[in-house]
Amino acid sequence: MSRSRALVAAMVMSALLATIAGPALAEDADGALTVYSGRSESLVGAVLESFTAATGIEVRTKYADTAELAAILLEEGSRSPADVFFAQDAGALGAVADAGLLDRLPSELLARVPPKFSDPDGEWVGLSGRARTAAYTTREDLELPDSILGFTDPAWSGRIGWAPANGSFQSFVTALRIIEGEETASAWLTGILANDPVGYPRNTAAVEGVAAGEVDVAFVNHYYLLRLLAEQGDDYPVAQVFFAGGDPGALVNVAGVGRLTSTDQPEASATLIDYLLGMEAQRYFSESTFEFPLIEGILADERLPELSSIDAPDVDLSALADLQGTVKLLREVGAID
Amino acid sequence: MTILATTQRAIPRVSSRPTRPPIPLLLLAGLVALLALVPLVYLFVRAIDGGLDAFAPLLRPRTLELIVSTVTLGLAVIIGAVGVGVPLAWLGVRTDLPARRVWSILAIAPLAVPSYLLAFAFVGAFAPRGWMTTLLESLGAAMVPSVYGFGGTVLVLSLATIPYVVISTRAALMRLDPATEEAARSLGRGPWAAARTAVVPVIVPAVGAGALLACLYAISDFGAVSILRYDTLATAIYSQYRFSFDRSGAAALALLLLSFALLLVWAEGRVRRRAALATPHGRKRVPEPVKLGHWRWPAIAFSAVIATLSLGIPVVTIALWLGDGLMRGVELEVGLEALRDSLVLAGSAALLAVVLAVPLAHLVVHFPGRWSTLTERLLYAVYAIPGISLALAVVFFTLGAVPALYQTLFALILAITLRYLVQSVGALRGPMLQVSPRTVEAARSLGEGPVGVLRSVTLPLLRPGLVAGATLVLLSGLKELPLTLLLAPPGTSTLATELWDAAREAFYAQAAIPAALLLGISFISVGLLVRRGEVEI
Repeated sequence: MSRSRALVAAMVMSALLATIAGPALAEDADGALTVYSGRSESLVGAVLESFTAATGIEVRTKYADTAELAAILLEEGSRSPADVFFAQDAGALGAVADAGLLDRLPSELLARVPPKFSDPDGEWVGLSGRARTAAYTTREDLELPDSILGFTDPAWSGRIGWAPANGSFQSFVTALRIIEGEETASAWLTGILANDPVGYPRNTAAVEGVAAGEVDVAFVNHYYLLRLLAEQGDDYPVAQVFFAGGDPGALVNVAGVGRLTSTDQPEASATLIDYLLGMEAQRYFSESTFEFPLIEGILADERLPELSSIDAPDVDLSALADLQGTVKLLREVGAID
Repeated sequence: MTILATTQRAIPRVSSRPTRPPIPLLLLAGLVALLALVPLVYLFVRAIDGGLDAFAPLLRPRTLELIVSTVTLGLAVIIGAVGVGVPLAWLGVRTDLPARRVWSILAIAPLAVPSYLLAFAFVGAFAPRGWMTTLLESLGAAMVPSVYGFGGTVLVLSLATIPYVVISTRAALMRLDPATEEAARSLGRGPWAAARTAVVPVIVPAVGAGALLACLYAISDFGAVSILRYDTLATAIYSQYRFSFDRSGAAALALLLLSFALLLVWAEGRVRRRAALATPHGRKRVPEPVKLGHWRWPAIAFSAVIATLSLGIPVVTIALWLGDGLMRGVELEVGLEALRDSLVLAGSAALLAVVLAVPLAHLVVHFPGRWSTLTERLLYAVYAIPGISLALAVVFFTLGAVPALYQTLFALILAITLRYLVQSVGALRGPMLQVSPRTVEAARSLGEGPVGVLRSVTLPLLRPGLVAGATLVLLSGLKELPLTLLLAPPGTSTLATELWDAAREAFYAQAAIPAALLLGISFISVGLLVRRGEVEI
């Protein structure tokens, strides 16, 4: 490298640093909302863009894993630059709310969804519903049990896929503990483990495991299959069942949103949440992410039963925020580390 | 600039080596060491903050199992990466292997394939009903072994880390002076004995340095191990955040992982010190390449199998994703902004890394001692901390000390640079040996001014190390995920984050384009590295 080239490199370097540091220091001056989204850009990027188009309020979004964003929010505490936290599950919202970092939402917003889909303290509100199902292979005729509890039958040995590290699975186990009691929950886990289930890191991987023939059935959320059908075509060899009779296997959890106490734009934040609970965004959740819309007047995908018709177990979703007991149980039986 | 300062001071005392590092050099090293200390301080603060409860995860019997599984993985990856990497490096540098430059590029290029992408591709290929399984079964394979668990994880992480061993071993082999080997032969040693006395002592430290990077990568990796369903301390650390939102327990586990990492760093340091006496001071000519003869066929087959596994499988996977998406008419967006942001981020980190690495390598090589060892070990520690813990440490530090820099690209670049700086220092260590104060003094005594020395002696000697050091950080920065996701200014996306965002929702067609761009940049930069490296004499 010649000296002149070294000089050029140094100039490029300082120019880069200047461009990089410059705009960043002016952050928030333009009034943009900062959203931490645990839901991926592929899923919710479009809806945030249409919010900006509808209201003129700019949104800057940090997309990452929901639990990791919760960890960042806990680390930032009251100094967080975030205005709104958009989480994939009620558990992460609960953890952030428990640390006193979420602000009470206007009751007008809370009233848009059925009461069981928002925080009793009013610090977060559900945006879209996600039901637990069993996805099963259509390559052969399966005799499925009536309840998720039936899969402890040794006949299912080596045929079950699950994602025990997944937040929505753990919410389900928490619900199981609340509904059926600790002993039944523990016995169910032990029974499933005795059937040598295949552990997947994520729900999609579990459904793909069913499609690939690695397992016959997987305990997952309902929309993964619809997404894979959209991506892979209708001959995808997987179907799913919603258990009836208030079965814990048909738990309905929500993806939701909360406003941070550290926000410097409480009103714009409420406008965003209002938009996400509006007709347009709710229709988007129904049609594009295949979740259950939570407000009245918008229908779920035609391949799905209506949310009100799913005989979901009656659990307080904010009670699902307390994962400690579930994690302890999962560790005791050896399902996770 | 610090190099110049030393040389100027050294002029009057031509024969004496400076034993004490100059103050500016110490100040810079001190600053880097302080920054590298931040994550450690953070982990201690968080762990202690959690009180006795934080240490509860350490006492679970399961933790002992995880220590064993982590150590086993680390050692197996060392064996895998060294066992394949050293022969690949030797074939590329010292033999008449046909098209060896191409093989060299193929041996190093996997560095830009994120290990999570490689793991994804392996699951897609080798799972029951995967495309490779179907292919092998149609060719008559009775049973394809499972890709999940220990075997698959070791395979994928070894493939991902072979380039570290190849790069460091190549550099050492290229510096080797054939005269030493010939002298050993002329003293009556056979070819193997001559290689043992003349070659082994030189390449062992280089292989050790590459193996250390490979092993630290494997034990701190989260993406590949979780996809391949193999539990280590790193997965347990992530579990603490994910299930319990327990930052203290995670910090305690991270400290445990780090103590194992530092043990490895210490062991590698001992190997290096023992071999230090044998380090060569440059070579005068390129040695005759070893004639492979009939052995060139197995050599080509070996190189081809490794390239197929580490590059062929991800490339075919990406092509399948893409083809599938095009067939179904999925709209594909070419993320030019993400490409630009990736290049800005990784490029700035690479530049900053070499700028910092030159004085640090100078310190480490020419002033070995307590301070240089400490700085280097701290840099290894930063490299071995799982991404999420490091990201939280940066949050903790920037918000506490310099809030104006929080979630700026500048802070992100600094964090990425610090994380991978040890790679640049390592790449410069060898070339720096040749910039001994004596070489510089000789140039000065022949009438060159300080700038002339820098231009005609120091920089040409360092160039292979500068190029290699920048490339290593560039490629690491391109595929970097947790720091970018958590620390970038909101609204930033890179090729790696776009790939992750689409792949985690199983939108594989959308994931294909950033993945392909990532591989494309990798090939170009590795091609430059190999071309630049080859001219070194």
